[in-house]
Amino acid sequence: MKSKLFILLFCSASFFVFAKKYEVGVNRSFKTIKAALAQIQNGDSVLVYEGLYKEGNIVLDKEVKLIGINFPVLDGQKKYEVLSIKAANVLVCGFKVQHSGYATLEDPGGIKVYNTRNVVIRDNILDDNFFAIYLQYCSNCIIKNNRIKAYGIEEQQIGNGIHCWKSDSLQIIGNTISGHRDGIYFEFVTNSIIWRNISATNIRYGLHFMFSNNDSYISNVFKNNGAGVAVMFTNKVKMFNNTFTENWGDAAYGLFLKEISDSYIFGNKFLKNTEAIHMEGTSRIKVEKNVFEANGWGMKIQASCMENEIVSNNFVGNTFDISTNGSLVLNTFNGNYWDKYEGYDLDKNKIGDVPYHPLSLFSVIVEKNPPAMLLFRSFMVTLLDKSEKIMPSLTPDNFIDNTPLMHSLKL
Amino acid sequence: MNRIIKFIVLDILKNKIVLVYTAILSILSWSVFSLEDNSTKGLLTLLNVILLTVPLISVVFSTIYIYNSSEFIELLLSQPIKRSKIWWSLFFGLTLSLLLSFFIGTGIPILFYAPSDVGIMMLLVGFFITTVFVAIAFLSSILTRDKAKGIGIAIMLWLFFALLFDGIVLFLLFQLSDYPIEKMMVGITAFNPIDLARILILLHLDVSAMMGYTGAIFKDFFGTSIGIFIAFIILFLWIIVPFLVSLIKFNRKDL
Repeated sequence: MKSKLFILLFCSASFFVFAKKYEVGVNRSFKTIKAALAQIQNGDSVLVYEGLYKEGNIVLDKEVKLIGINFPVLDGQKKYEVLSIKAANVLVCGFKVQHSGYATLEDPGGIKVYNTRNVVIRDNILDDNFFAIYLQYCSNCIIKNNRIKAYGIEEQQIGNGIHCWKSDSLQIIGNTISGHRDGIYFEFVTNSIIWRNISATNIRYGLHFMFSNNDSYISNVFKNNGAGVAVMFTNKVKMFNNTFTENWGDAAYGLFLKEISDSYIFGNKFLKNTEAIHMEGTSRIKVEKNVFEANGWGMKIQASCMENEIVSNNFVGNTFDISTNGSLVLNTFNGNYWDKYEGYDLDKNKIGDVPYHPLSLFSVIVEKNPPAMLLFRSFMVTLLDKSEKIMPSLTPDNFIDNTPLMHSLKL
Repeated sequence: MNRIIKFIVLDILKNKIVLVYTAILSILSWSVFSLEDNSTKGLLTLLNVILLTVPLISVVFSTIYIYNSSEFIELLLSQPIKRSKIWWSLFFGLTLSLLLSFFIGTGIPILFYAPSDVGIMMLLVGFFITTVFVAIAFLSSILTRDKAKGIGIAIMLWLFFALLFDGIVLFLLFQLSDYPIEKMMVGITAFNPIDLARILILLHLDVSAMMGYTGAIFKDFFGTSIGIFIAFIILFLWIIVPFLVSLIKFNRKDL
């Protein structure tokens, strides 16, 4: 037993002895990062001190811990990809990476990770890059607490904040992203988590999500992005406790769902969006305990959706709670709170005694004839709406919440 | 002129109806705000009051008042006062007292519970709507000497602006839905002061929906400061034109 412990101690000691530290800086042994990287063995650390490093493309092809002290600046001079990570078990932290090159064919990034695993990128500042952090064919990587900023004006001229392609088991945690095309982009990424990020004022989507199964995104904030958040062609996605606010515009959604199945939307807040949730061709989704407040449209559920359950949500102060484009209804609504509900509760069980029709006649009219919005809230339209609520003729009569709540849920 | 205005305002205040109108508005507004848990819903209810009740009371009360003061007008005409001065003072007196009761009845609760941009806009729009319908009352009462006919015209005009106009627009929208009529629709609202008022408030109240595709056309026009300015100019025209027409008619009328 003792000998084993001794061997263990010896090994770990030897690790500390032989894993060398290299220092890069003005008055240090190395003047450039490239020179230090040329010397290192697998497992060594490189400490980079304050300063401006214009070294073109820096390639990390050995296991290395690249640590910046007081945010040394790596500048791509608008020509080069700044950091290329091609080895496993690499750590990059504490750098300011700026001005990566722009090329539509090669997609250069501030930090680009190629075909590898166990890479950690944390606590960096990425400023004015084409793509900020780019991962392809990676697994088990962590992208944490980075501050990412760009100044894109046009969709075609700028890349994504965190771009992940064909990867598995990623953790995207606590990053702040603004001014890119898509804040976070997922394509063919599986078993990953997006947690506590803030994605705001990006040109297109705050989060763009395609063909990425078994992922979850939790407690993120998506604010004032060009078109909100899009989740498409995916199944088994979990969306918990996110906040979607102020996604305004003629094609802007809090959350845009297209061809999604078997997913779970729980505890999110949708505030002041033009359309909080837009559903197209989605099936078997459960929307539970979300708050829809002050949106133009709470949910637009197209007739192509089926077997979705909308349960225990609060709909407060929306212009229209629900809208649809057809008469086919294959979804269920139960136990939601609607502030427009005018029913009564005689048996005092806190559930309204008459069912609620969340679909107003006028929302159907506007869907068919957009300029009719001009007449919204006029007395004539209010009259039409009232009579339609009592005797549905134009709106589908099975579009119904049988157990509407009398009081809002505490969410 | 000031003395005539003062006299008319005092006369109207002595007439209990305006006081009752103030009381009703105030009970309605305070109860609406204290019953609803959020002020937006209260504003919504008040929107209906402003778009229906305020114009109705303004137009009917003013028409009847003008008819009833025909003897007073004749008395004033025997004095060395210009005709237009009498008509202007009558207009100012009526408008002032109705604006005052609207402000006390609805304005104070709005400023108390919802001093936001929606509230301010609602107040402004309420002032304009009151004045517009007083001007319309002047026009309808000068058109005919018959009191019943005059009040009838006033009520018909109210009915037209508050209800029928929207019905006609809705009908047109469906008949012409295959054509690009969005811009035309913006133009059409200029022909109804109540619609204009409603859209001005709508752009603040349902801002999220108005940012969407359907509202974009209106947001582009009414949402800009120039658009709001133009809308208020049109509302102002709705005051000036009917009143000036009535003034010209009054100057030439053989009483």
